[in-house]
Amino acid sequence: MTSTPGSAGPMAATTPPPSEPAGRVHRFARPVRLVHRATAALMLLCVASAACLYVPQLAELVGRRHLVVTVHEWSGLLIPVPLLAGLAARSLRADLRRLNRFGAHDRRWLRAVLRRDRRPGARPAGKFNAGQKLYAAWIAGAVLVMAGTGLLMWFTGFAPLVWRTAATFVHDWLALAAGLVLAGHVAMAYADPEARRGMRSGSVGGEWARREHPLWVPGGRDRLDDQ
Amino acid sequence: MNSSPPDDGPPDDGPPDDGPPDDGPPDDGPDGVGAPVGRRVVLGMLGLGAAGLVAAPVLQRTLESGLGAVAGKDPTGLTGLLPNGGGFRYYSVASSVPAKGAADYRLRIDGLVDRPATYTLDTLRRMEQTRIVRDVQCVTGWRVPETAFEGVRLSALLDAAGVRSGAKAVRFTCFDGTYSESLTLAQARRADVLVALRMDDGPVSHAHGGPVRLYVAPMYFYKSAKWLSGITVTDSVRPGYWEKLGYDVDAWVGRSNGRDDAPTV
Repeated sequence: MTSTPGSAGPMAATTPPPSEPAGRVHRFARPVRLVHRATAALMLLCVASAACLYVPQLAELVGRRHLVVTVHEWSGLLIPVPLLAGLAARSLRADLRRLNRFGAHDRRWLRAVLRRDRRPGARPAGKFNAGQKLYAAWIAGAVLVMAGTGLLMWFTGFAPLVWRTAATFVHDWLALAAGLVLAGHVAMAYADPEARRGMRSGSVGGEWARREHPLWVPGGRDRLDDQ
Repeated sequence: MNSSPPDDGPPDDGPPDDGPPDDGPPDDGPDGVGAPVGRRVVLGMLGLGAAGLVAAPVLQRTLESGLGAVAGKDPTGLTGLLPNGGGFRYYSVASSVPAKGAADYRLRIDGLVDRPATYTLDTLRRMEQTRIVRDVQCVTGWRVPETAFEGVRLSALLDAAGVRSGAKAVRFTCFDGTYSESLTLAQARRADVLVALRMDDGPVSHAHGGPVRLYVAPMYFYKSAKWLSGITVTDSVRPGYWEKLGYDVDAWVGRSNGRDDAPTV
């Protein structure tokens, strides 16, 4: 790995930090894991309350419409807050930058997925693969649109009726799409225990990392503020 | 290694606003270099959301007619779960609502009346029935066309009870234990206000507020209280459940709650 002036020194080597058990590599810093956990909790609350408002059988089971509406509004509005607070952590900013940037290997990854090419080496990925990058950006944009249209529906005096009706339309259909995408996200995690372990404990097996994220150089710039 | 020297500079592949400069240059392989696709996707979603707001009226009409046609032939009922899939939505403000039938249902009429009374389902059924077919319009936007309600005119029950002078309004309570509604006496005496026993030519089901619900044809549907169990004649209008939370008491369709829907009557 090429040293740059800012990262030269003993810690720039790829040796795992002493706190990691043998054969494990550090993947997610504590701030990243906390932000993920808080966001997931709020999202779950928001989706569950939405289902109780929208699916007739659940609405009949739960009732308490005013309470459920309040839970839905506040959990939804608060979803971006953990991420915004997490921006204070260098490790989270570094992961965001990795999610943002698409290299040539990401296009190869997407093409391989579209061709259902599962051969070893066919899907090159850095710390995040192209699918994870697209998911992160899409759901971030969707949360903002849901929050905006939700606010238009919430504060009924704020905008004329046509806006409210339009906001309801966008909110309803995007909710359906976001629900499907979220279900996909959860299903992917369910199918990969090691990926879940990474998000839960912070570290993953070295073999898993080399197989799933061959271009990732664990233990980069953001290691020191991890713990 | 957390300190980036000032001569590090931003990555050379983008404008300086691509990220805080202290996140430094790419020193961890191919990660963090390349086009900022993530940001474009986020902005693209915002753009799509805005475009959706603008195009919503047209899209909604198209989808409603399309889904309406499909929903009519859909035996699974799944289309009913889609947005604008048509049909009624279930709203209840209580935690749970007991089921009542002919054996245990009672409707009490009291307040400023000469002859307070308690009706059973059978006595209500034996009274003169009126059938009204109108659109149902919810204040949240959904509308169900041409829905038949059938039952006893509220005015008939009020006349039977003998409304005293000084009475100005009617308050409705429900056996869900929570919901309440109200009408002025003049509104309550309209011929299109029913104590409904039947809906779409069958008994009013529990989910739709059965066995007996109020039906106020010219007003938004929150006025048509479900699970009706009490009618109290009062000397002034007492705002109901949603009205205490900001909805209009005089809830004429198209002339209240800031909405301009086509009137249902």
